[in-house]
Amino acid sequence: MPELMYREALNQALAEEMERDANVFLIGEEVGRYNGAFKVSQGLLDKFGSARIIDAPISELGFGGMSVGAAMVGLRPVVEMMTWNFAILAMDQIVNNAAKLRHMSGGQLRCPIVFRGPGGAGGRLSSQHSQSLEANYAHFPGLKVIAPATPADAKGMLKSAIRDENPVIMFEGERLYALKGEVPEGEHVVPLGKADVKREGTDVTVITWSRMYYFCMQAAEELAKEGISVEVLDLRTLRPLDEEAILASVRKTNRAVIVEEGWALAGIGASVVDIIQSKAFDELDAPVERVTGLDVNMSYAANLENATQPDAPKIIAAVKKVLYRQGA
Amino acid sequence: MEAPAVASPYSKDLLLTMYRKMYLIRRFEERAGQQYTLGKIAGFCHLYIGQEAVAVGPIEAMRKDDYMLSAYRDHGQPLARGSDAGMVMAELFGRGTGYSKGKGGSMHIFDIEHQFYGGYGIVGGQIPLAAGMAFASRYRNEDRVTVCYFGDAAANQGALHETFNMASKWKLPVIYICENNRYGMGTAISRTSAVPEIYKRAAAYDMRGEPVDGMDVLKMYEAVKDAAAWCRAGKGPVLLEANTYRFRGHSMADPATYRSKQEVEEERKGDPIPKLRDYALKNGLGADADFERIEEEVKAQVDAAVKFADESPEPSLEELWRDTIVEPGEPDVRPRERVLGVKVENWPSYPSGQELKVTWDLEPRAQAEAADKKAGLTN
Ligand SMILES: Cc1ncc(C[n+]2csc(CCOP(=O)(O)OP(=O)(O)O)c2C)c(N)n1
Ligand SMILES: [Mg+2]
Repeated sequence: MPELMYREALNQALAEEMERDANVFLIGEEVGRYNGAFKVSQGLLDKFGSARIIDAPISELGFGGMSVGAAMVGLRPVVEMMTWNFAILAMDQIVNNAAKLRHMSGGQLRCPIVFRGPGGAGGRLSSQHSQSLEANYAHFPGLKVIAPATPADAKGMLKSAIRDENPVIMFEGERLYALKGEVPEGEHVVPLGKADVKREGTDVTVITWSRMYYFCMQAAEELAKEGISVEVLDLRTLRPLDEEAILASVRKTNRAVIVEEGWALAGIGASVVDIIQSKAFDELDAPVERVTGLDVNMSYAANLENATQPDAPKIIAAVKKVLYRQGA
Repeated sequence: MEAPAVASPYSKDLLLTMYRKMYLIRRFEERAGQQYTLGKIAGFCHLYIGQEAVAVGPIEAMRKDDYMLSAYRDHGQPLARGSDAGMVMAELFGRGTGYSKGKGGSMHIFDIEHQFYGGYGIVGGQIPLAAGMAFASRYRNEDRVTVCYFGDAAANQGALHETFNMASKWKLPVIYICENNRYGMGTAISRTSAVPEIYKRAAAYDMRGEPVDGMDVLKMYEAVKDAAAWCRAGKGPVLLEANTYRFRGHSMADPATYRSKQEVEEERKGDPIPKLRDYALKNGLGADADFERIEEEVKAQVDAAVKFADESPEPSLEELWRDTIVEPGEPDVRPRERVLGVKVENWPSYPSGQELKVTWDLEPRAQAEAADKKAGLTN
């Protein structure tokens, strides 16, 4: 299987889906002649032309809403948001229109659209450019929210998202784009709504998604050296949550740690805890732990930035806590 | 009666059709207002009384397959496009037989069979959608036009400015009709707008913009006929500012004390419905008996609509779990088929992704390179 960078996997998914379906087009800032702010759309303008790879003005609300309108009448737009911080300007169109069209029309309309772009900290970008906003979108019925961690999942889930009949919000990551992994060629489709056990284990379940997945794997490896067997469950899709997979893993290990780059209050992890406590309370051997971004704005200074985010040592500490092996 | 100096360019048929539609809206809205006070309709209910010409003129000037959408003051347009009055009323009543199964209510009428793509409750939120629908028509090389209504207060939303810029740059076939009824809720547009003549804003985007007498259905008809031809010829978007007036409050909850009695009385003299009737009579294109007959028929139609709504059941509780997410293979709901059991043939269908050939070059390479060169970029 060829090794691809995350951005190349996305590029492959886009090219394949655009080849397969002329209703698919890509719009966003710098996606055309500049080949994408993060080079995800490299080469696509030459391949598909300027009506299908569209350089948009810096009008997130405008081109976001325009794309929703195009989806209402049969096209399948992929909207690249340069980062999710900027997509806040488009939130009205995503939340008030895309997510509600089917409902408001009593089932007459559908809105097959993908909004995608990087979320999370990019590295030394301070507070306006470093937010993990997936919890905001996961809140809304009518949307699907995905956040793949690996290049293979990125490709397979973007393909599924483009084929989906609903609005899909896709969180990629500035720090994921250059990561490499094996990616199946051609028709590789990963279903939305399905979590994936990325590492099997028996002592504790670590539940995560997106970039935090890599810290969790690192922590699992470290812990293995101490004889602690960690199962890493990559949620991949945040709406709808794969309750079955969460409960199956927790019922096996009886302990859970949830790792989330974003803030704790009203975070995705809070909902995962709720699922576990309400449906698997009797199977828990310890209270569920959460490792999250600190409840502060992100700073530019390297030490402050690092301290704000989860990392492997914090995850290791949380795992030991649920195993009652602190200081061991 | 005196013979007119110049023969009217309009057929009797067209004038009577317009009269019927304007009268239908008027009558429907009067009954809706009455049903609201009886407690049959709740929530926000924005009546269209006074603005009928702004819906009816354009609709007669459009093709049946042209798209249309509006804000929350949205009972008039679908009625004029041919929606079932009973099902619109049932939606206002929150009944399962409404166009959206009672899930949308007064502010969200959708009738896709009649190419009415909805009423939207976020001020200005439908403006980008319309550009996207026009974009899709251009993308598929169809000569369809999209007509989008919004209020005077919506003209101050960023969405309008972002959209006008794109629509003009990409020459999208969309007609924006600003219904300038001079107020956004209780605030006169002149109090909040540096340039209260909305049509002038088009100039900032090198876009065609014109004021139209929105109290004259024939002027609205002509303006949209012309604008639609312009759009179909690929010349880009048009902004029409329809100067109009709502005779009632902003919504049923608004007694409209911010306007003087005098102002309202003055405006009522410009009522578009008697105006059309006078014009037709003067031109010998209709007799009193024609109008009386139409009025009787419409009254009976609206009575039946109210009765239908009143006798309809509420939506079933299972409906709660439908229409949020489209499940794989799930078809779209055709309301008249679902409610009345009739076969609905007129439903949008588009070429599949394998059939479609996109020939549009939105930004020709040479043009892009010339712009770069002008900006001093060389590679
Ligand atoms: C974004 C937003 N802000 C505020 C409101 C509340 N609101 C509803 S209608 C309205 C006035 C709009 O006036 P206008 O656009 O002139 O339309 P009209 O009601 O006169 O038809 C306001 C402020 C809203 N629905 N959406
Ligand atoms: Mg107004």
